[in-house]
Amino acid sequence: MSPTDESMKKDDLVKEAAETTMAAESGSSRREFLAQSGRVVAGAGVAALLGNLGGWALSYAADKEPIKIGILHSLSGTMAISEVSLRDTVLMAVEEINNSKNKVMGRTIQPVVVDPASNWDLFAEKAKQLLLVDKVAVVFGCWTSVSRKSVLPVFEKNNGLLFYPVQYEGEECSHNVFYTGAAVNQQAIPAVEYLMSKEGGGFKKFYLLGTDYVYPRTTNKILRAMLLAKKVPAANIAEEYTPFHHQDYQTIVGKVKKFAAGGGACVISTINGDSNVPFYKEFANQGLRAEDAPIMAFSVAEDELRGMDTTALVGHLAAWNYYQSVDTPQNKKFVADFKAYCKKNNLPDGEKRVTDDPIEAAYFGVHIWKQAVEKAGSIEVDKVRKAVYGSEFLAPGGKIKMDEANHHTNKPVLIGEILKDGQFKIVSRSKGLVKPEPWSEYTSPDKGCDWIKHQGTYQKK
Amino acid sequence: MNGVLSIVLLGTLSFWGAGQAFGAEGPRVTTAAPPLSFVDKALADLSSGDQARQDTAVLALSEQGDPALLPKLEEIRDNADRSVRLAIKPLMDLLRNRANLSSPDSDKRRSAATDLGSSGKPLVIPWLESALAGETNRWVRYTLEESLALIRLASDNPDGKIKAAAKLGELRSPNAVPALKELIQQAGATDATDQQKVLANTARAAIEQIDIWASWANAFETIFRGISLSSILLIMSLGLAIVFGLMGVINMAHGELMMIGAYATFVTQECFKAYLPAGLFDYYFLMSMPVSFCIAALSGLILEATIIRFLYGRPLETMLATWGVSLVLIQAARVYFGDLTSVAAPSWLSGGAQVMVGVYLPYNRIFIIVLSILCVAGIYFLLFRTGIGLRVRAVMQNRGMSSCLGIPTRKVDAYTFAFGSGLAGLAGCALTLVGNVEPGLGQNYIVDSFMVVVTGGVGKLTGTIVASLGIGGLNKLLEPSFGAVYGKVLILVLVVLFLQRRPSGLFTIKGRHADA
Repeated sequence: MSPTDESMKKDDLVKEAAETTMAAESGSSRREFLAQSGRVVAGAGVAALLGNLGGWALSYAADKEPIKIGILHSLSGTMAISEVSLRDTVLMAVEEINNSKNKVMGRTIQPVVVDPASNWDLFAEKAKQLLLVDKVAVVFGCWTSVSRKSVLPVFEKNNGLLFYPVQYEGEECSHNVFYTGAAVNQQAIPAVEYLMSKEGGGFKKFYLLGTDYVYPRTTNKILRAMLLAKKVPAANIAEEYTPFHHQDYQTIVGKVKKFAAGGGACVISTINGDSNVPFYKEFANQGLRAEDAPIMAFSVAEDELRGMDTTALVGHLAAWNYYQSVDTPQNKKFVADFKAYCKKNNLPDGEKRVTDDPIEAAYFGVHIWKQAVEKAGSIEVDKVRKAVYGSEFLAPGGKIKMDEANHHTNKPVLIGEILKDGQFKIVSRSKGLVKPEPWSEYTSPDKGCDWIKHQGTYQKK
Repeated sequence: MNGVLSIVLLGTLSFWGAGQAFGAEGPRVTTAAPPLSFVDKALADLSSGDQARQDTAVLALSEQGDPALLPKLEEIRDNADRSVRLAIKPLMDLLRNRANLSSPDSDKRRSAATDLGSSGKPLVIPWLESALAGETNRWVRYTLEESLALIRLASDNPDGKIKAAAKLGELRSPNAVPALKELIQQAGATDATDQQKVLANTARAAIEQIDIWASWANAFETIFRGISLSSILLIMSLGLAIVFGLMGVINMAHGELMMIGAYATFVTQECFKAYLPAGLFDYYFLMSMPVSFCIAALSGLILEATIIRFLYGRPLETMLATWGVSLVLIQAARVYFGDLTSVAAPSWLSGGAQVMVGVYLPYNRIFIIVLSILCVAGIYFLLFRTGIGLRVRAVMQNRGMSSCLGIPTRKVDAYTFAFGSGLAGLAGCALTLVGNVEPGLGQNYIVDSFMVVVTGGVGKLTGTIVASLGIGGLNKLLEPSFGAVYGKVLILVLVVLFLQRRPSGLFTIKGRHADA
């Protein structure tokens, strides 16, 4: 989910970032370079010596030391509104583990919090700092796709480990990232399938409306392919984008009204951030009702609804993998714990804070990592990674399972209806867990993602 | 265990789906049991688990159409499993809508009429007819007639169909177009009957009527949207036109003064919520307008006294200093209010007035149009009909001479700046009706405001008014065909080209005061 050019493919980005890094490094003068490499050689020699002679002593000492983990979420700038909650969640999970009897193999966790300030270049810099200077075992972080894309080369080059907790557009399969949010087939596609089903209202016309950046465009590309595959005529699909911070939705709502005349139409919204309120307000004021043309949103969750005037949103829909209203004992405990944590630490809004999908994903990410470390008996990335494959955890929203091979998460899909108090009433629930597909079967049927039998992304035969 | 249960549920669900297909035309109930026990029996059948009995019961209760059953059904629904819930949902919707047909709220009556129309069940015709007989509200009547015609159009009676098609044409109902088009398509088939062809001709005529009407409605709506956007641009730029246009101060914090106005509205709302009875809540907005004006004006006064007065005549320094101030204000708002606040429009400003078929004019936009006209009138009165206005104009035209004649120019500067800031606050207050309240609010609008003032010609209020009408109108004219993103790009390109031809904008100050 991020403002970047759609055409910018992952590979280009990786290459570009690698080149920049190299350019920056070769910028230093020859003498400095020689001196540096001298130090590196000396350092390596000392390390090797220590490794041979004092290996046992060192490893014993390391067993007692706390494990450092990195938290890479924007705490200032435009994305702070969403990402601060995730930092709080990770810290809460860490506190939970540190207060438990066994901690992680008897060692406490020491979080290192950095602030990339919603600045994409700074994300890469801070990631480098976490991996190379602080030498953290794992990083929990990122929200927008552009921030994830900018740290990706850093993690891949240094063999780091990132847990990414937000639903995203897919088409990625990194060895160094675990995606605990939803892939497109775990959110957008089931949502549209629900709308097409008898239970969901049997809608026949789809207005795809989004903010102009990579997440909406990629998602809508996949949705369009899927709708066409399901024999929805092209005339019944409309697609439209607005700039960031767009405020004047008169014309677009007018178009939706024309499109919806005669019934059977719905709006699929990937509108982001502050454009949502003007859009929903205009929608209601021009006489459109949720019964005639419901808006299915992929970027509106409890945390965004908190403090918003929900009058115009009531009855519209959203698709996520978790809601605060999920009725399980472990979720009741989770919600209460989170509120208590926010209150105890004097975080803004304290007890009025709510949980939502990315918060849950960030939370169970920490626990999945902890389990994997215990299973592997080590914090080494390569061992932990193997231990994560196929591991299960009883998350607040129900049991989830990490995929055996593709670094994504098997999760349930829930469709919710917005209520007056900013919570969701769950109207539909997938049967069991939905298997993640990083490469959509509709737009990339020939591609797969597998780190066990293949080297990541591969061509299906 | 869970899996088995869900498979069983799925099974019953699909079975029910198949049963529903013949539900509408399904077997009629002929049992002549006494009414009370009949209803009770049907209610019991609903949760019997027997598919056939359930369907019969649903159908029977739909025909009965007694909304008094709703509480009982509600009870059944709460205790039932998913298949029963799904089965009785259409029944409950039907009954609820029937009850709503006699609701005192015209919006509810109207929604109910629409829903019953789209249910397509012929059994609702008598309900709609009886509601129509007693209905006085024009638009509810319209919807009832439309729903009736739509159901009749879908029925099997050929004469009724033709009449319904003609009626829908008369009603100019855009909702009927897909159904009418389908009829035309059916008549195009090789085995079409004469009757179908006659019907298709009627449908064609109806579609033509609807289309002609729709293009008029569209033109009308486009004009309204243009005026609405213009009024928003105007109300944002008026303050800037005074501060930048008349005083020559480039105030980059102008957008943040709007933000202050918006937050003042928010605080007023919260105060009304907290300290006054709920009945008065709807009037908070009237109160918030003077409050936001005053608070923004006060902030402007402080800004002028502490920073800007030392920088008159040094535009670059002013720009940098006020930009710094704007950053401070944004972060202060973020720290104090957080990112998540919003203003609930009072009930008399939500919704819209329907002026013709398919055309809604939202109240909040009408309000902003009226407010901006009032602001312009107020400014003209103040500048050209009062002593203060005379002094302001004198100082702006020739500072030295005014000072010579005994006008306290420093004071006039301060008051003018405060007035411009107050107008920004008022704009912020108005903007809460269409958008949200957030720290970055001013940033979204400041560029547009400068664009309007510069295009209009610095120093001329007429220019600001004409420019906002021009930019707003052009934007709404371009947006339908180019989309929001390229529409905006095109507007910016046009403004750049225009300013290259006429660097001083639409209206320029001529004569002796040109360089003053």
